[in-house]
Amino acid sequence: MNRKTAVWLLIPAFFGVLVFTFFPLIEIAIPTFQSQAGFFSLYTQFLKSSYNWTVIGRTFLIAVLTVIIVLILGLPISLWIGRQKKTVRQVLNLLILFPMLTNAVVRNFAWIIILGRDGIINKLLLSLHLIKAPLNILYTNTSIIIGSVYLFLPIMINTLIGSVAELNVEIEEAAAVLGSSPWHTLFKVIIPQLATSILTGCILVFAGTMTAYTTPQILGGNRHLVMATLIYQQAMTLGNWQNASVIALILIVISALSMWLMKRLSYRLDRRMTNA
Amino acid sequence: MLNRKNKTLTIISLIILALIMLPLVLVVITSFNNQSSISLPITGFTLSWYSNIFQQPDFITGFESSLLVALIASFLALIIGIPAVYALTRYNLQHAAWFQSFFLSSTLIPEIVIGFALYQTAVITFKMPVFISLIIGHFLLCLPYVIRLITASMLMMDSHIEEASWVCGCSPKKAFFLIVLPNIKSSIIAAFMMCFINSFNNIPISLFMNGPSLTMLPPAILNYLQNNYDPTVSAISVVLMVFTALMMFLVEKVIGISNITK
Repeated sequence: MNRKTAVWLLIPAFFGVLVFTFFPLIEIAIPTFQSQAGFFSLYTQFLKSSYNWTVIGRTFLIAVLTVIIVLILGLPISLWIGRQKKTVRQVLNLLILFPMLTNAVVRNFAWIIILGRDGIINKLLLSLHLIKAPLNILYTNTSIIIGSVYLFLPIMINTLIGSVAELNVEIEEAAAVLGSSPWHTLFKVIIPQLATSILTGCILVFAGTMTAYTTPQILGGNRHLVMATLIYQQAMTLGNWQNASVIALILIVISALSMWLMKRLSYRLDRRMTNA
Repeated sequence: MLNRKNKTLTIISLIILALIMLPLVLVVITSFNNQSSISLPITGFTLSWYSNIFQQPDFITGFESSLLVALIASFLALIIGIPAVYALTRYNLQHAAWFQSFFLSSTLIPEIVIGFALYQTAVITFKMPVFISLIIGHFLLCLPYVIRLITASMLMMDSHIEEASWVCGCSPKKAFFLIVLPNIKSSIIAAFMMCFINSFNNIPISLFMNGPSLTMLPPAILNYLQNNYDPTVSAISVVLMVFTALMMFLVEKVIGISNITK
């Protein structure tokens, strides 16, 4: 076949991505290295501030805790949904997909109703006389984590269901016959078989939470900034474009690095699986 | 046994499922409340918050521009993405895998960074119109979905069918439109739906280019939520949920919803 045609077919997509993804990135990256004080001076300056470390630390903490909670909640329900009869599974699938395809603003807003000062949790606890004054749950790290878990749980479930459905139940029956308790079977038989999908899900959730803007904006408020909201604040509220670019590049490096590490891990797991 | 009949597993799963659905149900309930701030339990029933949506010009124009941008960006992603996938899967090109990951590379870059970089470069430096820049941003968001979904179905499709049509005297161009496209029809629809939904719901990319000249719906709702706390937000949320449900229903009827999230 004609190679020239192939090249023509590739050109629009290639230049589209090159010109509109990579060129702007380079455009914002160059000025951050052009400080008079030295090549990396803007970065060292940024990393000297303890406030910025708080933001980076918070971003990490929220992402790590979200991944752990999403996994703990997502695994049992995926096991359960993945093993339903086909028709039931399809209905449950729709129930999981619906929040996933609903606007993130809506999903985060729902948690304001629940966690706010006049929210359901506070009203419930007050009426039960468990607390005397409403708790401040909204606009804390906790509320950001709750919102992120809610946002990303369907993605984890969706990633796991497929491979749960492919599991061979006979292997678990064999384990049970040989005297393995359900708990033991879960950790020694089921989870190892799902390892690759679990890691894929974790990568998606981790990267998503690290870089999410909407949830920390709605549920974190101005005092609990993460890197994504800090970029927006620096650029649009404070007009400090250079600083925003510095954070943007640090965010790219951190999220790409963590994704690369997790991918390597899943690759090694994959090889272990096929060799076994 | 941890199968669907396991009682503990069933109870845990039902609780988690309830936790997934409950917040959205609460939004629906609060949208009918007759009080001026969002609260539960509701004290009366009214539809006035729904009519209040139409009093908000940002919501109306936001809906229109979000719809328009999502449609154009999705079409653009298909028109540019499908030929690229065709070239990568049908011509034995060197570095095909490299191109593949190059096209998917924008998924590695945080959306907020794409939005910020594009705003600074296209809108500020090169003075491009906001609308065009928005479409470009959303196109970048959509392209990976097209590449992934169409590549999967191109690899599934038997290339001999296409070759047979060439032997029978069909030109490659004609074969592409008459043989290849109809064969990957369902994944084209799937890709379009994924593009459309994600573009329509997107915030981080729209955020920077959202302004007095052009309002997008999700940032408009975010903005409203930060300045007011009345059930209008619940009402517009319900409208968006109905919109999502309608689209899911359409996809389910046309191709089966399980096809779009793989």
